[in-house]
Amino acid sequence: MTATVPVPTTAALALGDDALVLSHRLGEWAGHAPVLEEEVALANIALDLLGQARVLLSMAGDEDELAFLREERAFTNLQLVEQPNGDFAHTIARQLYFSTYQHLLYAELARGDGRFAPLAAKAVKEVAYHRDHAEQWTLRLGDGTDVSHERMRRACEALWRFTGEMFQPVRGLDVDWPGLEAAWLDAVSDVLRRATLTVPEGPRSGAWAAGAGRQGLHTEPFGRMLAEMQHLHRSHPGASW
Amino acid sequence: MTNSDWPLWEVFVRSRRGLSHTHAGSLHAPDAELALRNARDLYTRRGEGVSIWVVPSAAITASSPDEKDPFFEPAADKPYRHPTFYEIPEGVKHL
Repeated sequence: MTATVPVPTTAALALGDDALVLSHRLGEWAGHAPVLEEEVALANIALDLLGQARVLLSMAGDEDELAFLREERAFTNLQLVEQPNGDFAHTIARQLYFSTYQHLLYAELARGDGRFAPLAAKAVKEVAYHRDHAEQWTLRLGDGTDVSHERMRRACEALWRFTGEMFQPVRGLDVDWPGLEAAWLDAVSDVLRRATLTVPEGPRSGAWAAGAGRQGLHTEPFGRMLAEMQHLHRSHPGASW
Repeated sequence: MTNSDWPLWEVFVRSRRGLSHTHAGSLHAPDAELALRNARDLYTRRGEGVSIWVVPSAAITASSPDEKDPFFEPAADKPYRHPTFYEIPEGVKHL
């Protein structure tokens, strides 16, 4: 089936699904964040991502149908973004890894003249803030108390194996993927070091690493997330406010 | 960790160039950098501002409600204190 999907649609779905799924995960913090100010910050980031997802999915078809009526195997988001929120450190590590990637990727797309340049040019400003938010918190948790340091270390190590997948080339995106990966490693390593954390040593690709989200293979928690995200629309097809 | 562990900050937002910063509200944050970011999220998300100040609430010296009268109720029989004797030219805003 994948072979029959036109190339620009493949890319729009990949980027759109990343934004949609991470947006939903961040939205799960509503009512549960450690402090009110942070709850608002995470919700703002989620809304930015939802806006990006709507534009991207609309480029590929009907946004509601794509978001609410596709099966798990048809989603092509990275496995990183579907990982559960965990504790606050896990959410921040996921944000650090993903927003650094997204910021570098969108900056490169914005410089080009491809189909995604206008969207990327607009979104790159939002994503720069997401990245700053994640970096600020990584520095404070890593270089904070013994407890926060330990939790941040654990989170960075746990999610490390999901980071190689981000640099699998996506059909239809004119991007220097090895260059993107090198820039990402430099940037993330620099933040981790400044946060007194060590750069994890585990594999980022290969047997013990994750990485087939772009091919529609997902981790176990994703099915539950999708069920929650889609059940209202599936129970009441065509309902509107 | 609860909000009460974090100090309180007062937020001032300049809505446009040429206007002064106006008090927008207050928030909790562990340090000034994060206070600035929280202020951005809480008070300027709909394009309300071009500049933000955050000030530790503890650094503000406020007038006391007990001193209300001597502070804020000047004698009304000195009309020359009130600049009301000239006309404001048309087109002058923010006065």
